Amino acid sequence: MTEWIQNFGSTFYKCFIKEDRYKLLLSGIGVTIKVSLLAVVIGIIIGMIIAICNLSKHKLLKIIGGIYTDVIRGTPSVTQLMIIYFVIFASVHLDKWIIAAIAFGINSGAYVSEIIRAGIMSIDKGQTEAGRSLGLNAYQTMSRIVIPQAIKNIFPALCNEFIVLIKETAIVGYVGLMDIQKAGDFIKSATFIAFMPLIGTAVIYYVLIKILTLILNRIEAALRKADAR
Amino acid sequence: MIKVKNLHKTFENLEVLKGIDEHIEKGEVVVVIGPSGSGKSTFLRCLNLLEDVTAGEIYVDDEMINDPKVNVNRIRQKMGMVFQQFNLFPHLTIMENITLAPVLLKKMTKEDAIKLGRELLARLNLAEKENAYPAQLSGGQKQRVAIARALAMDPEIMLFDEPTSALDPEMVGEVLDVMKDLAKSGMTMVIVTHEMGFAREVATRVLFIDQGVVMESGTPEEVFGNPQNERTKNFLSKVL
Repeated sequence: MTEWIQNFGSTFYKCFIKEDRYKLLLSGIGVTIKVSLLAVVIGIIIGMIIAICNLSKHKLLKIIGGIYTDVIRGTPSVTQLMIIYFVIFASVHLDKWIIAAIAFGINSGAYVSEIIRAGIMSIDKGQTEAGRSLGLNAYQTMSRIVIPQAIKNIFPALCNEFIVLIKETAIVGYVGLMDIQKAGDFIKSATFIAFMPLIGTAVIYYVLIKILTLILNRIEAALRKADAR
Repeated sequence: MIKVKNLHKTFENLEVLKGIDEHIEKGEVVVVIGPSGSGKSTFLRCLNLLEDVTAGEIYVDDEMINDPKVNVNRIRQKMGMVFQQFNLFPHLTIMENITLAPVLLKKMTKEDAIKLGRELLARLNLAEKENAYPAQLSGGQKQRVAIARALAMDPEIMLFDEPTSALDPEMVGEVLDVMKDLAKSGMTMVIVTHEMGFAREVATRVLFIDQGVVMESGTPEEVFGNPQNERTKNFLSKVL
């Protein structure tokens, strides 16, 4: 037993302390968070635009929205990331992490748009009719009546999407960004130890997502509480 | 006030309205009766364009409202609508339900709108409910709030789509009483209902719609007392 603990201690030292390797992981956490946060913002903006396209009566907008969702959902996110990084932004000088965030935002937007669309469609048609019958225009009815009610249905699914997104970013190593996953991988190659860095990577992701989940649950509970009437 | 010329409405392949011609004058209380699926609700919903019209013309104050160039929202402000399922806004208080449209569309100040809301709620015996949410009200109270919400826009015409059909029987009376008062005040009203007693008492005119056409039209005495059309007779014998 003591031998095992000693062994664990020395591998832990080799993987995380020696040559300041924990700093790699720390900066990896920073990259993951930066990319995820910006991607979430871009994803929500694109998601709203595509949802509006999909819900509109305008044929061309509907087609554009349909193609977007179809293409994004039909191709792997690694492929999308690499196309955006090596093809579309090949000659554009932007920070790597920003390009990655744009790629994940574009990907997430397709899923967010479906979440928003489903949330809006879950509101009874009578609500829209009541708003329109009072003389509100389509936009006023949406913003004053439908969306405020739809938010409560959209929020939990959106939280889930954020969590998926954070884990998706573990592929940014493909375009040379050193995030948590890549840092763990790097340590594995440098030390020839697989167990410790990979489990460490998993633990870091788990804790990050646990913290986020707790925060989001609180917000959701507050939303529900405001609605307990 | 409302003129309907040769109104047709088709859903997919189903022709619901097959040519309706009607004049509704200011101050009239028109009660529309007929079997379910006859097209009476569709007729009412066409009047404020909640359904697009397939063919025909609808004039309100001599303006053809189903002309694509007409601003539908402006027309709808003149026509209050009360629904079977109330359709109150559940995320807003009773007062907010009532003041939303006047503040947004009539550019009324919030204070004026609240004052108006209080007057309306007092008139409908709902004064103490202004800060409640729809979920806290009974069906009858909800429907009265829905009427107040429509009246807050000071409409020229009120449309009622089976306003008591979703209510428990003991609450039907309170809603009908409000509608009777409204009729007495001279409001132009078009009411789709199954309440024959109410129709007989309040209507200035009764329309019997069946199979997408107006089969019979006349005073309550004429339609209920001495129906001419076979279908009207048949229908009334079942419901009276």
